[in-house]
Amino acid sequence: MEAASLTDAPAAGGREDDRTDRRVELTLGALASAILLLIAGMVIFVLLKGMPSFTHNGLAWFGAGGSVDEQLMNIFNSPSDPDDYVYHLRAWPLLYGTALITGVAVAFSTVFSVLASIFVVEFAPRRLRQVIEPVVRLLAAVPSVIYGLIGILVVVPWVATHLISESSKESVAYVIQLDGTSILVGIFILVIMICPIMIAIIVDALRSVPDKWIHGARALGVNRWRAMRTVSLRAIRPAIVAAAVLATARALGEAIMLSMVAGSVGFAPNPLDGLTFFLEPARPLASTIVDNSEGLSVEPFGQTMYAFAAILLISSAFLSFAGWAARRSFSRYTLGDR
Amino acid sequence: MKVRVPGRPGDRLASLRRTGPASAWSVGDRIGLGLAWIAGISLCVVAATIVGYMAWKGLQFLHLEMLTTSPEASMDQSQSGGFFDPIIGTLLLTVIGIAIAIPVGVGIAVWLTEYGRPAGLARAVESGIEIVAGTPSVVLAIFGLLVFQQTFMGLFSFTAEGGAVFGRSFITAGVMMSVVALPMVIGSTREALNAIPRHVREASYALGKDRASTIRRVLLPSARSGIATGATLGMGRIAGDTAIVVILLGASMTITPEGGFLGLFRGTGSTLTSYVYNNSPAGEGNAPEKAYAAAFVLLLVVLFLNFVVGLISKRSEPKWS
Amino acid sequence: MELKEAEIGVPPLRRIVVGQETPPIRVAGNLPPELFDREAPAHDDTPIWVEESMRTEDLSIAYGGKVAVNQVSLEVNAGEVLALIGPSGCGKTTLLRSLNRLVELTPAARRTGRILLDDQDVDEFDATHLRSRVGMLFQQPNPFPMSIFDNVAYGLRERGSKRPRRKELEPIVVDALERAGLWDEVSSNLSHPALALSGGQQQRLCIARALAVSPEVLLLDEPCSALDPISTATIEETIVGLRDEVAIVIVTHNMQQAQRVADRVAFMYLGDMVECGPASRVFNAPQAERTAEYIGGGFG
Repeated sequence: MEAASLTDAPAAGGREDDRTDRRVELTLGALASAILLLIAGMVIFVLLKGMPSFTHNGLAWFGAGGSVDEQLMNIFNSPSDPDDYVYHLRAWPLLYGTALITGVAVAFSTVFSVLASIFVVEFAPRRLRQVIEPVVRLLAAVPSVIYGLIGILVVVPWVATHLISESSKESVAYVIQLDGTSILVGIFILVIMICPIMIAIIVDALRSVPDKWIHGARALGVNRWRAMRTVSLRAIRPAIVAAAVLATARALGEAIMLSMVAGSVGFAPNPLDGLTFFLEPARPLASTIVDNSEGLSVEPFGQTMYAFAAILLISSAFLSFAGWAARRSFSRYTLGDR
Repeated sequence: MKVRVPGRPGDRLASLRRTGPASAWSVGDRIGLGLAWIAGISLCVVAATIVGYMAWKGLQFLHLEMLTTSPEASMDQSQSGGFFDPIIGTLLLTVIGIAIAIPVGVGIAVWLTEYGRPAGLARAVESGIEIVAGTPSVVLAIFGLLVFQQTFMGLFSFTAEGGAVFGRSFITAGVMMSVVALPMVIGSTREALNAIPRHVREASYALGKDRASTIRRVLLPSARSGIATGATLGMGRIAGDTAIVVILLGASMTITPEGGFLGLFRGTGSTLTSYVYNNSPAGEGNAPEKAYAAAFVLLLVVLFLNFVVGLISKRSEPKWS
Repeated sequence: MELKEAEIGVPPLRRIVVGQETPPIRVAGNLPPELFDREAPAHDDTPIWVEESMRTEDLSIAYGGKVAVNQVSLEVNAGEVLALIGPSGCGKTTLLRSLNRLVELTPAARRTGRILLDDQDVDEFDATHLRSRVGMLFQQPNPFPMSIFDNVAYGLRERGSKRPRRKELEPIVVDALERAGLWDEVSSNLSHPALALSGGQQQRLCIARALAVSPEVLLLDEPCSALDPISTATIEETIVGLRDEVAIVIVTHNMQQAQRVADRVAFMYLGDMVECGPASRVFNAPQAERTAEYIGGGFG
């Protein structure tokens, strides 16, 4: 279907038409290349702007050491003389919070989405199926601020009253206050947010598994679940990977909802706290940027924020590219009738 | 009369072959089935809860005058003012964003499907679109800030006395919103263009039309519904985005135009999303009732746009078969 | 095989005798030619032995109102190959697919009438269990995207909760591959991906896969139509060689193939069973005019 394989438009009108065509092609081509310029520009400028934060801290930027919020405060209050700028930062709690929330949410979502997709494709009664598909599309369209609102007004108070006991509060009182905003709520709502994307991709993939394999398995006396698990799921493994990668990119970039429900404290939840671990707050990189958006024009604070953005940009660019590449290889796998 | 056919040599393994009319579902299979059902049902439950709860709370707190009154700064937030300005803000941003995204997106889509040379560039652009689609809107927002705070971009926003460009305005936010909507416009348009069979193009060329006018006169009109779908999806995404608004639209609750021509566009304001954010416990205000009301309106807007998408795609049944 | 009979003291079985003037056929595998008594002239078409495996009683199938199979009563017997012939759209594939209740995977299919396996109504037990006793081969070879071994072992592994160990599966897999006539070609590497085999080999792999679960009946839906003549010949050999172990029903639109392979033939036209009888009679002395027309090439 690509233009290269079409018969080229004949130069019916002579040289003039040729030139117009060429002009149009060049203009549109320039427009398309603008996307690449945009990405390059983003990467270069954000990196450049955030570079001072990296250079002043070296590799220790990624390490741990002290309270991130305090360090950010110091940077914000730094003297206005460029020679005296304060850059000291140990961003580990933020990086750890990001990875923790994203990783756990994607892991849960993958399992849940695969199960839900199997349900939609194979086991749902017909009328229920007709309801679920628009429902999934609907969930994907709900703005994150609405998820955040319900989270902060309903889920967080519920967690605060029902899951946080006095004793658990005391056990960590010397480090952190537990008020319900926590990674538990953050992960829970994030899972709800990224599942629709994954379900849409996986359902499509399941439906594209060739009938001949399914019928072959059923004709051998294998029940519906087994056939689904051993033939279909196996065949769509690349699609599941692609869906997970895309979901990870989405989760990484989620700023608003997590800022509302996961706590606005740059704290690194401690697994050694046992179950209380889940009730501790954290703040991923994206939320940190949004929470501190007023300070973006103030150096060196702005530069530190841009450093965070650079990390986010590089990771999400890499993930999106990986997801796209995975989806391309997956479609070649099923299109060729091997 | 039945005579049994003698068995095969391997029948000492018959126990493995004949499992008898026992149930074909093992315990593991049943657990799997059960889990699948649980997943499916909980999906429905969650969706119903979200929509239902928002509707309940929203209707509880929504008064019609909220839609027409501007926000007021007052001590008792729960009584005063509405969110007329934020509604206008959402509309304005959506219009600006999609007005930029449609021509740019359609142009890029056309290039990808109808031209696409050299092939390496086309592939790079394709992966570029994916990367843009996956970029968090926070990052797009602060990149936009970076760009529009440069002095030569001063005409897009307010410039303070000291020479510092504010960089935040409707137009700057609108431009970045168009980037957010772009992948959807491109994707839908490409799909629509690819669905047009080859013979339509060949017929047009055979009549002596060159590629550019074929595209303009024949292909694009047929791809209308695809473009509309992409645009509507993009609008939904723009209307629901908060990060760009928080960072690139300035902090004023009411619409504050800048002076001069196009003052409205160079001014700041708020949208439904930033209004909800600000009125929630996470923001400065603490008026959850207004937050619910505004969120409900926002949800209705987004659902409506989604519904429109469904309508468009249903109405444009494939005409090419 | 005859050795076994002597061992257990069962009188030697003779093949179903068909009438004279049947063309000589090639003998499958290394089964002794005596098993195929085709050369012996006999005027009596009554079979020496037959064991009924399946039968249908007034079976009708309709798709969304349109009748595909109309009141068909048919017997499928162990020890013989039954060929279903007829022009396209006559309902033979639908009939075949109803025997293992695979039609139920198509929405909007309605069935009336009875199907019995070993005198039991198939509706009374689980369709999945039925399919482990009635196997099927499809027009397009459809090996799974797995290794050869995994393909053949698939039916055995994915039934029931206890997953058999590889050691237990190996003899059965080897046996099935031998019976399918594929063993010699793949014995060197059973981990080879199945999709790398040629079309004819893939189809034989599917035969092996179906045989591994020891079905009582094997349904073949135009198994050679996508294959080249050499693979077709090999598979026909294999089919004929299998008929003493499984009841075989083959749908074919190729009359020569039916003549080569079948013992009994059923001719269908537009959903009706027009004629059913021993192959020699149907081909040489058909009783219905329609049959004669079809066989004479009057329509296709």
